[in-house]
Amino acid sequence: MGRIQLKSVTKSFGDVEVIPPLDLTIEDGEFTVFVGPSGCGKSTLLRLIAGLEDITSGSIDIDGADATDVPPAKRGLAMVFQSYALYPHMTVRKNIAFPLRMAKLDQAEIDKRVEGAASVLNLTDYLDRRPGQLSGGQRQRVAIGRAIVREPAAFLFDEPLSNLDAALRVGMRLEISELHERLATTMIYVTHDQVEAMTMADKIVVLQAGVIEQVGSPLELYRTPRNLFVAGFIGSPKMNFIEGEEAAKHDAQTIGIRPEHITVSESGGTWSGIVGVSEHLGSDTFFHIHETGLAETITVRADGEVGFRHGDRIHLTPRSDVIHRFDAKGLRIE
Amino acid sequence: MARAVTTRRKSLNTALAWAVGLLIFFPILWTILTSFKTEAQAIASPPLFLNFNWTLENYAVVQERSDYMRFLWNSVIIAGGSTILGVIIAVPAAWAMAFVPSKRTKDILLWMLSTKMLPAVGVLYPIYLLFIRLGLLDTRGGLVVVLMLINLPIIVWMLYTYFREIPGEILEAARMDGATLKEEILYVLTPMAIPGIASTVLLNFILAWNEAFWTLNLTAVDAAPLTAFIASYSSPEGLFFAKLSAASTMAIAPILILGWFSQKQLVRGLTFGAVK
Repeated sequence: MGRIQLKSVTKSFGDVEVIPPLDLTIEDGEFTVFVGPSGCGKSTLLRLIAGLEDITSGSIDIDGADATDVPPAKRGLAMVFQSYALYPHMTVRKNIAFPLRMAKLDQAEIDKRVEGAASVLNLTDYLDRRPGQLSGGQRQRVAIGRAIVREPAAFLFDEPLSNLDAALRVGMRLEISELHERLATTMIYVTHDQVEAMTMADKIVVLQAGVIEQVGSPLELYRTPRNLFVAGFIGSPKMNFIEGEEAAKHDAQTIGIRPEHITVSESGGTWSGIVGVSEHLGSDTFFHIHETGLAETITVRADGEVGFRHGDRIHLTPRSDVIHRFDAKGLRIE
Repeated sequence: MARAVTTRRKSLNTALAWAVGLLIFFPILWTILTSFKTEAQAIASPPLFLNFNWTLENYAVVQERSDYMRFLWNSVIIAGGSTILGVIIAVPAAWAMAFVPSKRTKDILLWMLSTKMLPAVGVLYPIYLLFIRLGLLDTRGGLVVVLMLINLPIIVWMLYTYFREIPGEILEAARMDGATLKEEILYVLTPMAIPGIASTVLLNFILAWNEAFWTLNLTAVDAAPLTAFIASYSSPEGLFFAKLSAASTMAIAPILILGWFSQKQLVRGLTFGAVK
């Protein structure tokens, strides 16, 4: 079980309030991702849940019991850190066994669980090595192993993949998702990478300056961003924002249109502009279009085969059913 | 060309380092040499360097006159005891300063270190009276406590710098893994800080071993360590240079050997964790 409820939680460092009153419920078994730019308070929020930082006011319930003043060791949560935070003087086996040793389990049970975790994480051959002799991906797996042997109420991940190279990151992302499928334990995952958020989450919590901007499933956030911040943060490349006359036509202060919702053509179309930089990814091509009279740059996504060159004039047609409208306060207009 | 200059510069630096090293080591070398001379040769002018009649007579006399082993044992207990006690007290203190610093942590550290600037003789009188009252005069226990207190700021400061090199996340991981504070310090922090703790122990053992002010003033017979042993050979009259040298050589020999075998740790200790 791992239902975590934050009730009017605040956190201040000295006079600086980094988390204004915040309410959030994470359901049992849910994969929740906290996402936001650096300094948005997502890691702080995770550390408050872990108990590594004290909350300034409010309360945190874990499975219905008030855990506000419970020390981290007693909350029944496991955490995977960005730096892995393995114990360098212990072998992989001892690292994974450490929480069990602290829980005073008997040796036979410890061995059984460590072997079990090692085989799940493909670490069996490395059990007698030290963390210094492992690659980044293996270290991360040891850190995860140390977390799963405890059978915690919830897993907390603090940007666990940001120290890995790109290829490994995709692999580990899948492994963590699979782990969640298998264990069905609550997971809270902090990242600044919206791709990680979109691909892994059941529920995404978008944070900015300690404030929750929106909570929802990945597709909800993609389809109906509540405000300009979420609209700009979720989706890659970023949504195009257009103000002024064009927005006024839609009775809005600002309209947003995602790059994948604009079609390009050699003639016709609603708007036109000059091709600046094009990024060819093979499957897709991203064009950065200038001199459209709408915004400084409009980004569009086209099929990989489309071959416009730098300086070409091209024509753009937005899909009218997916234009997002925002009012003067930046809030979504339905 | 650039390469040639570097090579020349390198040998120059090496020569300079040797010169400075020999200059610093010379008094010790001279003491050792003198200890093998007769009293007459010891004060001969011009001084004799190697061409004298080597003799072990001084050592025999010194051993006959006083029980070296008893002084040695006192030194070991006082230096060892004060260091161990100091480390036991300093580890939690340094932990708190390194991992839960407050606004005043730096000030506290500086203030602690500033007590080292106080001339020891300034507090001799009160401490002497205190020792009389508590019956600690000429006891090893009393000296262990005094030397521990004197070196404590250095021990705390050194451990603090070592602990700061240990990523806090690892300690947080231990906390998340269910370790109590005691377990966290015992199973995670201390093993990771072993090199730092070792050099701290070593340096403070040497400092305590060489400490002469308090050991001379607060001991008489029972607790007198090697410093008192040496001092007993300094005499205003009579020819005692060679015997004094023999006594000094015997007093510094254990620490010299210890230092020789732990040079690496010592260098780390002396750089105060500034060099990784």
